[in-house]
Amino acid sequence: MRMLFNMLVKELLQLRRDPRILAVLFIAPIVQLTILGYAATTDIKLVELAICDLDRTPTSRGLAEDFTASTYFRRVATVDTQDALDPWLASSKARVAVTIPAGFSADRAAGRTGRVQVVADGSDAMVGTLGLAYAQGVLQAASEMEGARLPLELRPNVLYNPDLLSRYFMVPGVLALIILIMTMMLSSMAIVRETEIGTMEQLLVTPLTPSAVIAGKLVPYALVGVVEFLTTLAVVLFWFEVPLRGSFWILALLTAPFIVCCLGLGLLVSTVSRTQQQAMMISTFVVMLPQIYLSGFIFPIQNMPQIFQWVTFAIPLRYYVTILRGVFLKGAGLEVLWPEGLVLVGLAALILSFARLRYRVRLG
Amino acid sequence: MIRRILATTVKELLQLKRDWRTALALLGMPIVLLMIYGYALSFDVTDIRLGVVDQSRTQASRRMVEAFLKSGYFVQRAVLDDSRPLDDLFTTETIQAALVIPADFAAQTSARRPTSILFVLDGSDSQTANTVLGYARQIVASQIGSLYGVEVQVAYQATPLVWYNPDLKSSIFLVPGLLAFILMVSSVIATSLAVVREKERGTMESLRATPIRAIELLLGKTLPYLLVGSVSAAGSLFLAWALFDVPIHGSLLWLAVVTLLFLAGGLGWGIFISTLAETQQLAFQLALLSSMLPTLLLSGFIFPISSMPKVLQLVSLIVPARYYIAALRSIVLKGVGPDAWGINAVALIIYASIVLLLATIRMVRSL
Repeated sequence: MRMLFNMLVKELLQLRRDPRILAVLFIAPIVQLTILGYAATTDIKLVELAICDLDRTPTSRGLAEDFTASTYFRRVATVDTQDALDPWLASSKARVAVTIPAGFSADRAAGRTGRVQVVADGSDAMVGTLGLAYAQGVLQAASEMEGARLPLELRPNVLYNPDLLSRYFMVPGVLALIILIMTMMLSSMAIVRETEIGTMEQLLVTPLTPSAVIAGKLVPYALVGVVEFLTTLAVVLFWFEVPLRGSFWILALLTAPFIVCCLGLGLLVSTVSRTQQQAMMISTFVVMLPQIYLSGFIFPIQNMPQIFQWVTFAIPLRYYVTILRGVFLKGAGLEVLWPEGLVLVGLAALILSFARLRYRVRLG
Repeated sequence: MIRRILATTVKELLQLKRDWRTALALLGMPIVLLMIYGYALSFDVTDIRLGVVDQSRTQASRRMVEAFLKSGYFVQRAVLDDSRPLDDLFTTETIQAALVIPADFAAQTSARRPTSILFVLDGSDSQTANTVLGYARQIVASQIGSLYGVEVQVAYQATPLVWYNPDLKSSIFLVPGLLAFILMVSSVIATSLAVVREKERGTMESLRATPIRAIELLLGKTLPYLLVGSVSAAGSLFLAWALFDVPIHGSLLWLAVVTLLFLAGGLGWGIFISTLAETQQLAFQLALLSSMLPTLLLSGFIFPISSMPKVLQLVSLIVPARYYIAALRSIVLKGVGPDAWGINAVALIIYASIVLLLATIRMVRSL
């Protein structure tokens, strides 16, 4: 026990001796979360619009005005020929181009439907899709203004996030990402560093058992993880004002196994690598990136091919993202989230025993 | 001078060869990642889990439900009697959306009176929710004609057309961004340990004893990784074209030029970090934090820059991937020349020069 304590003190001293690491550990997450929390938005406003009015009548100008006046578009160009639209779309200065054909007002005057061509830039599919939908919305509103109200209406009732703010969905995800990255970065270097600097031999001749070395490495990093969780959580709650509908204690309880999972994964990487460079490569490309992309943080898991949906079951971040969103947005408690919590505990135990096993192999 | 650069290059390459895991990770990982993510990632929403509450239980209401299920977007996961137990189904994520058809639905539609259908949906993922809502509106609108027995004439209608990516496939839009992301992370990580490793292992002294100059050391450390990076970029682009039908409309030469510029910037940034840090651990953290998250979130790869707050749009100006992705999409998807994306290439040149200059200055100090 005293041995373990000494090991802990040594690790903490090492952390303290390197003030830059401490700065990175505590300031970086807050800065990152603040910036990225704002960046991770899929709420697309003010799509850049170019208009080509070939009709040039009060009716067509009125419709063009409807587009400009709507809160969805920002008119960046008004051109006279359809060919003149090309450079605007090609240079991505405009994302949507609307052409009002000649004879448009004549059609309207004769009681026929006035057709408008809407071209969207598909190279940014997100903006393109929404731009198209917005344009249809503007036309529908214009139609209704002229009395053609549809008899059957869809009345949406949006749960959990009535204003459909992507912030509520993304910011808790960024929190998970930061915990994952910060804790894994620390622990993935933990053992390989001793090997590379040549202090591994010294550790080996001490009477410390492998479990004690692992625990001694993990506990200080776990502390760091907890502090990171609390500070970033404060930013999420008080800066971004994402409502925490569930209980803080349940969130904290379910965060613990996630932190252990991340640390364990880092440790595992550290035991399989020979150099710190290797450890860095493996933890980035083999562990972190797949977790980020396959966790459902940005890309919904249900859209993935079946085989990748199975792969996601092995990903701790997947469960943690579900937990975060459940507790934050839906106010879910343990009665809903117990399976995720249980899987995280199981994964943590599995990963740690693997790391412990690898460490013994290295000893022999 | 050339000989000394070459000597360092050869030494780095030899070191890479000996450490085959790192070499493999640098060379193969971008390709593997692109393959996996190209297949796995998509914003195309299908198989939306739907709960149905049919209070009307008539032919008309059944036809409406049928229209939802036949659209190919929705799958029925629950049939309920009234709207009370809906909450549980939503919190457990059994369903994502619920269609509630009112009891007087058939009576109203056959009498040609206006009515409405309630559509409850999980809004936590706003992006998906918006798409789902769009689908539902379309389906309901398509049923008006047969339910009311009249064609409703609208005043205005759009003829939609999508350029550059006619089917709005997410893979075509995501793959160029993914490529930029993978290249950025691997290039920064590749060089971020280059100098600090020598410091930590104590071989920096031996380097100082040699007549090598800072700029030569910098080039010697960068060139091998530029080579590795170019090879994996070419491999990834080939895969993007072969597997994901990403059409390469523009000139391959321009593509190579902007890719090299981008790689030079990334590698230079890695070297700069390496001269800054005292330990490999710190270098790793700086490299990851400065390359991974900003490139993921601030480059326009996924989240459109124009929708970010003004301050962040300014911050994104120093994220090189922003320019590379814009140029890549222009060249690959739009097939346009430098007049459309030239400004991005200029930005990449400026970024690479500043970063390499900073790295050289720091390198002089550490030698």
